[in-house]
Amino acid sequence: MAAPVSKQMTMQEAMSRFVRDGDCVILEGFTHLIPFAAAHELIRQGRRELTLVRLTPDLIFDQMIAAGCARKLIFSWAGNPGVGPLHAFRRAVEQQRPRALELEEYSHFGMTLRLAAGAANLPFLPTRNYAGSDLPRANPAIRPVTCPFTGEQIWAVPALTPDVAILHAQRADAEGNTQVWGLVGVHKEAAFAARRVVVVVEEIVPAETVRRDPNRTLIPGFRVDAVVAEPFGAHPSYVQGYYDRDNDFYQRWDDISREESGLAVYLEEWVHGVRDRAAYRAKMQETCERLRARPMPCEPVSYGY
Amino acid sequence: MASPPTTYEVMVTAAARRLRDGEVVFVGIGIPNVAANLARRTHCPHLILIYESGAVGAQPERLPISIGDPALVAGAAGVCSMSEVFQFYLQRGLIDVGFLGGAQIDRYGNLNTTVIGEYARPKVRLPGSGGACEIAALARRTLVVMPHKRRAFVPRVDFVTSPGFLSGGAERERLGLPGAGPEAVVTDLGVLQFDKETREMMLVSLHAGATQEQALENTGWPLRVASPLGRTEPPSEEELRVLREELGAKGSAS
Repeated sequence: MAAPVSKQMTMQEAMSRFVRDGDCVILEGFTHLIPFAAAHELIRQGRRELTLVRLTPDLIFDQMIAAGCARKLIFSWAGNPGVGPLHAFRRAVEQQRPRALELEEYSHFGMTLRLAAGAANLPFLPTRNYAGSDLPRANPAIRPVTCPFTGEQIWAVPALTPDVAILHAQRADAEGNTQVWGLVGVHKEAAFAARRVVVVVEEIVPAETVRRDPNRTLIPGFRVDAVVAEPFGAHPSYVQGYYDRDNDFYQRWDDISREESGLAVYLEEWVHGVRDRAAYRAKMQETCERLRARPMPCEPVSYGY
Repeated sequence: MASPPTTYEVMVTAAARRLRDGEVVFVGIGIPNVAANLARRTHCPHLILIYESGAVGAQPERLPISIGDPALVAGAAGVCSMSEVFQFYLQRGLIDVGFLGGAQIDRYGNLNTTVIGEYARPKVRLPGSGGACEIAALARRTLVVMPHKRRAFVPRVDFVTSPGFLSGGAERERLGLPGAGPEAVVTDLGVLQFDKETREMMLVSLHAGATQEQALENTGWPLRVASPLGRTEPPSEEELRVLREELGAKGSAS
């Protein structure tokens, strides 16, 4: 057997090689596994004119919008969960600051179907959703379609095939076989829908570790272009089994981001002011300790036959 | 003797009591989350909690702060992807009850969580649908929980994010929406339901301390009132104990 090719590289290298100005980039993770370290590196590298895709833009896109990376947003729910609005997102939409932001808006179901269609190489997927809603009026890409078998009118959303998917996970081997547990969101759909895939993990593990538990693999290595090891790389979101969500920070973001100036100070200190995620981590060791997950292991299973 | 219930506790309890044991509930964050967890610990021990994040049969030991809280996964019966949640659970018709809320609701129970003002040039940009549009369309029935304010209870919503009974009558059925639509609206003042024919919202019960005048003043159209007008049963000692001691729920009504 040929030795597997290592795709491991630094975050700086992965972002500069695989994300270009003007790309359509999906940075997924539903509450869980949000790739903040990658977003911060894209801000540091000054990426511009991006079409940013997420179901929930969350703090990660609030930061990228404020930093001027975004031209357009494709999304389904833009808020700070349980806290309030996303202030930078609202400033962009309501006051065109720092610039106008084009919106293409769906519901969560619509977004999951768009990615599933992209992943399956279909032009669209149908749904029983959207009748009576004004969403199709706001977004003409949500269209009625007639079932060829029953004549029933339902609705359709077009496939979404981003240029790049950036996905955080618990672990992968150096080849990019990526394992996730806990909430999986639309990670798999995003990985198969996108043209290029960058995986960011808490740890790189030997190939044997992955291959002893193949059911946990969400993304096969041959779909993956780059693997970046970045412990604590999803903070302030969380990684099941590694660290809890920094709910205090999500609360504090409301004050930090309320004014452009406050948000700029944050970006200066925590994004531009650190070289990489290791420096960010070193700057908040107490937080790392506070959020560290307690062990809750499950029984191993046998793959014997 | 426990201190008297807060408005928040009355709302949560009124919502929780509309759930029936053994039902499958699609849970959102805020009051719906507390209500579903209260119901599971009181009169609905077999309630199945499904979160749009993919946690199936969740039994969170702490009150989840976000819809994707790790406590929803630990101890859950299962975890599935979000495309499965929406296709296999919600669209398949397996969800008995979905919870909704919004910045605006109108007399036919249509909800707006998208924009105040024009869509293209919004006065206020709200978060958007999230899973609300599909819950409104596909859950077998929905419960709406929101504060009773005149600026929220408007004759016509600026944007129909989540369809209720649209312009009333049989329009919802005509459009072929699979779910039956909103069953009740629980506010900080009382409980409202919808007329079976016209599908217009109607005040059916008032919480302790609230008046019919308050409900009328805080509704942007001439609100119909059921006769006789009911009184919301206050939370029991046991419900208050679970809320305060087990769930540590100290939210606000708005």
